[in-house]
Amino acid sequence: MSTLTPTTGLSRVGSHTRAFLSRNSSLMPLLAALVILLLILAGAQVHFGDFVTPRTMSALLLDHAYLLILAVGMTFVILTGGIDLSVGSVMAFTGIAGAKMLSAGHSAGLVIPVIIAAGALIGLFIGVLVQYFGVQPFIASLAGLFLGRGLAYVVSLKSIRVENDSVLWLESTRYRFDHWYITPTGIIALVVTILGAFVLKYTRFGRTVYAVGGNEQSARLMGLAVARTKVLVYVISGVCAGLAGLVLTAYSGAGYPRNGIGTELDVIAAVVIGGTLLTGGTGYVLGSLIGVFVYGTIETVISYMGAEQSWTRIIIGLMLLMFIVVQRIIVVRAERRR
Amino acid sequence: MSRLVKHHLFWPLVSLVALVAINAVARPRFIEITVRDGRLYGALIDILRNSAPLMLVALGMTLVIATRGIDLSVGAVMAVSGAVALTIIDGSSEPGSVGTVLVAIAAGVGVALVLGVWNGFLVAVLKIQPIIATLVLMMAGRGVALLITKGFITTVTSAPLKFVASGYVLGLPFAFFIWVAAVAVISLVERRTALGVLTEAVGINPEASRLAGVRSLGIILGTYVVSGTLAGVAGILYSSNIMAADANAAGELIELYAILAVVLGGTSLTGGKFSIAGTVIGVLIIQTLESTILFLGVSSAQSPVFFALVVVLVVLIQAPAVHRTVRRFTRGRHSRPTPDIQTAEVAR
Repeated sequence: MSTLTPTTGLSRVGSHTRAFLSRNSSLMPLLAALVILLLILAGAQVHFGDFVTPRTMSALLLDHAYLLILAVGMTFVILTGGIDLSVGSVMAFTGIAGAKMLSAGHSAGLVIPVIIAAGALIGLFIGVLVQYFGVQPFIASLAGLFLGRGLAYVVSLKSIRVENDSVLWLESTRYRFDHWYITPTGIIALVVTILGAFVLKYTRFGRTVYAVGGNEQSARLMGLAVARTKVLVYVISGVCAGLAGLVLTAYSGAGYPRNGIGTELDVIAAVVIGGTLLTGGTGYVLGSLIGVFVYGTIETVISYMGAEQSWTRIIIGLMLLMFIVVQRIIVVRAERRR
Repeated sequence: MSRLVKHHLFWPLVSLVALVAINAVARPRFIEITVRDGRLYGALIDILRNSAPLMLVALGMTLVIATRGIDLSVGAVMAVSGAVALTIIDGSSEPGSVGTVLVAIAAGVGVALVLGVWNGFLVAVLKIQPIIATLVLMMAGRGVALLITKGFITTVTSAPLKFVASGYVLGLPFAFFIWVAAVAVISLVERRTALGVLTEAVGINPEASRLAGVRSLGIILGTYVVSGTLAGVAGILYSSNIMAADANAAGELIELYAILAVVLGGTSLTGGKFSIAGTVIGVLIIQTLESTILFLGVSSAQSPVFFALVVVLVVLIQAPAVHRTVRRFTRGRHSRPTPDIQTAEVAR
């Protein structure tokens, strides 16, 4: 990453840890998120006595598998300095389209590729608008949001139950290890996360994503495939939205056109809490994983307390504020160092 | 003629007129206005009445966008303001008295103003990206509104409140007068004083305007306060229309429609020059389109598909890449060397 090697002549930073942190300032938000997650978990454990159990922790992944998948896709987009508002409604569209096709008697082997391709197509549409027509990502993905939501209602105005065994299998199967369990939907989410982290860290494409987010002009002058990368991140986000539609449909056992309203905000919040800078260029998929867990834990704590679920959004909003202020401080300090 | 075509309101106005014309041909009743008990009724009057909440929100959004900002929290602010006002009316002993309703409206709009100050503080003082700064309130606001209404949809019966959205004055809907007044006040303040120019200066080049001595902090903060306050009024109008405070549905997606209206009106999202008249036309286009879609027998839930097409059309018309292609076609071989990608990039 953007490790700043201390040049000779600069006054040496005193302690070892401070030197480490200033060299890896991009890691700081991620560490902060991890600390906060652990603090919340510890606090809840002390308060409730039986919070951190294999059962609740396993449910955390199961309940937020779709959010995690979306967050991985969003991380790619935000790393290039863009934003994708369409994910919630694209998820609703692919979910209900999948449910409709399944109820029409098509096999899961046909339906799953089709809805993922549908998500990819909407992503491609957004990416082309952004890259080749110079539309701001915010507006281009806004068009995607409207399109996805409208199409979801075109498919059906009411919810459609899913009776297909292989799709329901994704949710109902529990692989047990002692008291822990994981569902195929959880495995899909984890595989997507690992894949995302691998691609970003070890492939040429992944490095280009960071380069574009860091400084697009420099990346272009270096001869990197900026155009292709910028289109591709939206396609990846679209694929993730398609996959999330499948996972959510399996999870709820039905497709519903009002699914995922406001989910794009939850996803962006999770990614930002996970330490990805909205200006692009800095962040990790692993951070988004932590961000999703922070979100999920807060939700679980609130339902444990028996309080109104509306508190979740309020607390996430405040946490988002805290993190952007922290990010702001980091950016200001980095600028001052120059 | 070419000067007319180049005027920034030409295309928005043509779209609006074309839309009305298509409607008028498809269903002559569309332009019919009937007079009953000294009041005007008709589809066009409905559009003028129903566009009030979006108009107020879009007006505030225009100013925010002019300073290179964006206010995503308007829908949530609407929900909070409606929740505050209706909870006060619901809890009072005389929900039907004018005094109670005025106090409730003042409280709702007052809270919205404070929320606007909050947004402005984050953006102008802490210098947080506007999208993110207002995202905080967008997320938390609805939760706050739900807490105020205790998770229920608060319904009230109050004649003075009902008047705000459904009442008539001089034969025209009261809501229409509200937005006309807002447009008039903002146009006067922005265009008859230096404020409008200063706002544009901040949006065009924040650094240069700072060096020129423009106090951008106050100007930017002010636009968010205006946006929040107008959203508060819009929230009252929405609640008055359905006589209930619905924390989930109030102002749902309105931030997006407001941004669309501003863009339709020719104000660029990159900040700088803004057009209040353009925004007014943009809102009327959206409202007319909504009415058209309903007439076509499409469920209003499905209308976002049409708006997606509109967004794409509008951004394509504005896109430099398309301009270049069109020029190449119209000028044929005589074309000058077209500006390359670099300049297009700068223009963006």
